[in-house]
Amino acid sequence: MDHFPNYWGMPPQESFDRYNIFQDKTKNNAISDPTTNTKQPIVTGTSVIAFKYKDASFGSLARYREVERLYPVGEYTVLASSGDFSDFQYVKHTLDKIMTKEYYTNDGHILGTPHIYEYLSQVMYHRRSKLNPLWNAFVVGGYHNGEGYLGYVNLLGTTFQASTITTGIGMYMASPLLRKAVEGHEDTLTEAEAVDLVEQVMRVLYYRDSQSINRYQRAKITAQGVEISPLLSAPTDWSIGKDLRGYQ
Amino acid sequence: MSFYPYTDNGGSALAIAGEDYCLLASDTRQSGEDYKIHAGYVPKAFKLTDSCVYAGVGFSADGVALVKRVRQSIEWYRHAHEKTMSTPALAQMIATVLYSKRFFPYYVGTILGGLDENGRGVVYSFDPVGSFEAELHKAVGSGAELIQPFLDNQVNLKFLPEVERTPLPLDVALQIAKDAFTSAAERDTKTGDYLEIFIIDREGVNVERFDLKRD
Repeated sequence: MDHFPNYWGMPPQESFDRYNIFQDKTKNNAISDPTTNTKQPIVTGTSVIAFKYKDASFGSLARYREVERLYPVGEYTVLASSGDFSDFQYVKHTLDKIMTKEYYTNDGHILGTPHIYEYLSQVMYHRRSKLNPLWNAFVVGGYHNGEGYLGYVNLLGTTFQASTITTGIGMYMASPLLRKAVEGHEDTLTEAEAVDLVEQVMRVLYYRDSQSINRYQRAKITAQGVEISPLLSAPTDWSIGKDLRGYQ
Repeated sequence: MSFYPYTDNGGSALAIAGEDYCLLASDTRQSGEDYKIHAGYVPKAFKLTDSCVYAGVGFSADGVALVKRVRQSIEWYRHAHEKTMSTPALAQMIATVLYSKRFFPYYVGTILGGLDENGRGVVYSFDPVGSFEAELHKAVGSGAELIQPFLDNQVNLKFLPEVERTPLPLDVALQIAKDAFTSAAERDTKTGDYLEIFIIDREGVNVERFDLKRD
């Protein structure tokens, strides 16, 4: 351990001459180089889909191997993320911190889904305005004042609320399927139909999204609270593969 | 790869100033990059005071942030002066707010529609860095190129033989706004879903919804 703070963050001694005043400026040096911000995401996750149905709001997402991208915040809210995984971990941590702080103020108020969504949106817009974005597209789903709540916010701070929300490649492939099934039927769609719809859409995404894996989780948020399913996978059928011609 | 802090969320808005009313209309579609449609009902026009309505098109996140700031300022003004901000004062204030971000602009095309202190309809339009002008009619946004010449012709009676000019009645202005947007939604992929029409008169602000093409 080097106990001199001046040397912390510097390259290891064997590759760095401390007493040479003509340093090689092309090498990375955490102390003398200008600060740089995230310019591209590293570990990423693909689509998230979410929609409202009869007395609930429903979220679902694809997984990157065994990495969970659905996260409960408080009792009636779920945060779902696509994009950079480390930024997602940071946001989870930040939200947990404010939830704890609010809990201990003990003033009878708890943060509901709209409040969490508003907070997250402001954080996202603030970070984009510092040109140091959190590289994600988030879906915040929950149940508040007797109805489902769904909001989207991404790395630019762009926000919208709708009865169906998708992210990533799901925005191209899952949106039309969800809109057809959900829009105008938010109050009549049953839970069984919703479960089927999630499976159907996740199957389509698995067939066509090369970054996806056939593993997903489903979150259900009702007046009773949050329920996040164990690992699921959609049954697939590749039997037509042998009849395909023209790809070899 | 470097981070670009802006995007274009599309959408159009128009405003027509009448003798004793002002009409401001904006579609509610929010588009994404490529041919994505984020959602069909994401309003970008907002009532600011009982005599003024704002619409901001372009980068939606900046539009939302701008309205937040402007509304805050309106409230502070009310506390400081014990009166509601007039529409011309609001226009100057918005220009100052926009210019305060001259070197990292709010990427928003802004229009303000309302009544002035004398109860006459006024329209102000702004560029993203705060240069502004009072006008009688104006279209901004992705469908502006389609709507503006139509308004020039139908509201200002341009490109027509000499005709007698009479004040534009509200029902005619309303029909012009609906026709302008129906046509714009036909040709501009980023305009559509619903039209939200704000009518500002001495009674206050009224909102009307009108269906546009959803595809």
